[in-house]
Amino acid sequence: MTKTWKELPEGGLITESGNAHQYETGDWRNLRPVHDQEKCINCLFCWIYCPDSAIIIKDGKVVGVDYAHCKGCGICARECPEKVKAIKMVDESECE
Amino acid sequence: MSTKELVARTGNEAMAEAMRQINPDVVAAYPITPATEIVQLFSSFVADGLVDTEFVTVESEHSAMSACVGASAAGARVMTGTSSQGLILMAEILYIAAGVRCPIILAEVNRALSSPINIHCDHSDTMSVRDSGWIQIFSENSQEAYDNMIQAVRIGEHMDVRLPVMVTTDGFIISHGLEAISMLEDKEVQDFIGPYKAAYSLLDVGKPITVGALDFTDFYFEHRRQTAQAMENGKKVILEVGREFGEKFGRSYGFFEGYKLEDAEIALVMLGSTAGTARVAVDKLREAGVKCGLLKLRVFRPFPAVELAEALKHLKAIAVMDRSDSLSTAGGPLFTEVRSALYDLPSRPAMVNYIYGLGGRDITVADLEGIYQELQRISGGGQIQKTLQYLGVRE
Amino acid sequence: MGKLLEIRWHGRGGQGAKTGALLLGEVLVNTGKFMQAFPDYGPERMGAPMRAYNRISDEPITLHSGVTNPEVVVVLDATLLGKVDVTAGLPEDGVLIVNTPQEPGEIRKQLGLSGRKLFTIDANKISQETIGRAIPNTPMLGALVKVTGLVEYEHLITDARKTLTKKFQHKPEVIDGNIKAIERAYQEVHGE
Repeated sequence: MTKTWKELPEGGLITESGNAHQYETGDWRNLRPVHDQEKCINCLFCWIYCPDSAIIIKDGKVVGVDYAHCKGCGICARECPEKVKAIKMVDESECE
Repeated sequence: MSTKELVARTGNEAMAEAMRQINPDVVAAYPITPATEIVQLFSSFVADGLVDTEFVTVESEHSAMSACVGASAAGARVMTGTSSQGLILMAEILYIAAGVRCPIILAEVNRALSSPINIHCDHSDTMSVRDSGWIQIFSENSQEAYDNMIQAVRIGEHMDVRLPVMVTTDGFIISHGLEAISMLEDKEVQDFIGPYKAAYSLLDVGKPITVGALDFTDFYFEHRRQTAQAMENGKKVILEVGREFGEKFGRSYGFFEGYKLEDAEIALVMLGSTAGTARVAVDKLREAGVKCGLLKLRVFRPFPAVELAEALKHLKAIAVMDRSDSLSTAGGPLFTEVRSALYDLPSRPAMVNYIYGLGGRDITVADLEGIYQELQRISGGGQIQKTLQYLGVRE
Repeated sequence: MGKLLEIRWHGRGGQGAKTGALLLGEVLVNTGKFMQAFPDYGPERMGAPMRAYNRISDEPITLHSGVTNPEVVVVLDATLLGKVDVTAGLPEDGVLIVNTPQEPGEIRKQLGLSGRKLFTIDANKISQETIGRAIPNTPMLGALVKVTGLVEYEHLITDARKTLTKKFQHKPEVIDGNIKAIERAYQEVHGE
């Protein structure tokens, strides 16, 4: 239920840090980055450049993409080194 | 009367087209949502050679209005456009434009003021400069925005007036909504507005003048009194120009427009695009036998107090709809002025105030029907529970 | 006010849903019908779901509120199905037109939809083949006009060309491509 004027923080302040996580921007996406574990050299360029912090890292390795937040901008696929190209942008309509 | 093909135009396009046909000498402007398109389109008219205008790009709205005042003082016909934060950044110079009697025309797109940041429609911006000495004309739709821009030139430049005029539309609802409008021929517009003859010019070396001089306690008051008189004179001119426009082009304009008001017992008073939605509510309720009507105020400055009292005096109950809040806790700006206008009536209608639609919150036919139902209850002898109410806010 | 027809367009920022609604408005302006066309505005973002609207009537339209119960819904991007409630406010006898290579029956199953009239058209393929890019708005306009019969086919083509010419006077290939897209969609849209 959307909050009433009596319940919202005054002054339009956002009083809870890190709550951008609750805003799922994944449905803006037309193109989906699909990560190929085989090809990936874990240089983490994609993780550095992703503007949505949507590259999931575990133990220093890329393990996938946070599709709830990824907007499909394609920066990860572009920054992935020429000789590697472990991320492919796939049309959303072709995904399950 | 023109019987031409209709054209599809958004409110912004309609205002820009009016500016093209007016072909002002100078436009100085800075872009801001949702008014950007007006001056953007106009700048393309300049680039395409469709107008003779000197287009001045500036670094802020404060500078835009400053350049407008300079050009107007030099004897040019001057126009600009803005909205919201842009209008209030201009505020300092808006007062100066009126004070030095520059008939600048401003296409203003009504938008909420920060904070919180919001790009959508309400009347907070326009209301915040209501005492600046500008004539303020509200438009219900694209057609009115177009017609009002053309009339504004004649009104502002009239020798008895010589005041700046802002013509407003509702942000996005009208500015970005496509509707069919009837446009005049370029020549019809030019013939209607005529050439601009400035009373004085800074550039007339044969008759040098000073503009913006200092007034102490000895003169300031008199000059303010002159501006008040210009507003008073404006009332007559607004009616004359509205009548002449109607005779020539078939669409007449006054201070306000009543809809099924004459035999109504209850009515809403409002500004801008909501009037169109309210007409639908009136029609529905009339079918059910409810004697309701509405009054759409077109001219907020000068404020037609006497005429409003005359038009509203027969009503049993009135709701005034404010799309901005004065935060005075005693009602919105339209309400306080309409209620004051009715104070001298021997028998006054009951009056309530609704603040609605802030930040672009939608207002529906059902919302307005609900208000008419409340007015029915009040006109039937029911108590007014709250004079000021917030419509559509999450309680 | 007479019978009012309300249309809602669903698309993503950049797909031309707003332009589609405006183009329909332009096409209707000299048919004797009254119209409005307007989008929902928010932060403008490529790819974000957005909506645009039309109101059409034989009498002047003074309503300036939002559209909540459209009789016709046009979906420019099938990836929105399931993410956005495209049938919200759509009455039982309402019309849903979806840009997809799938058959109407498959979409009905996917949405778990009862009632309503479903039509599909592969507007991406059409625009790819006629315009050279997946800009599905003009083919969807063709499909919309076919399904609703809002305006005569000849008028649609003539006025769409007129409007496109204003916007793309230096790119005749874009105009021809869009007109072909409208023509093809008009032929190819199909219901259950």
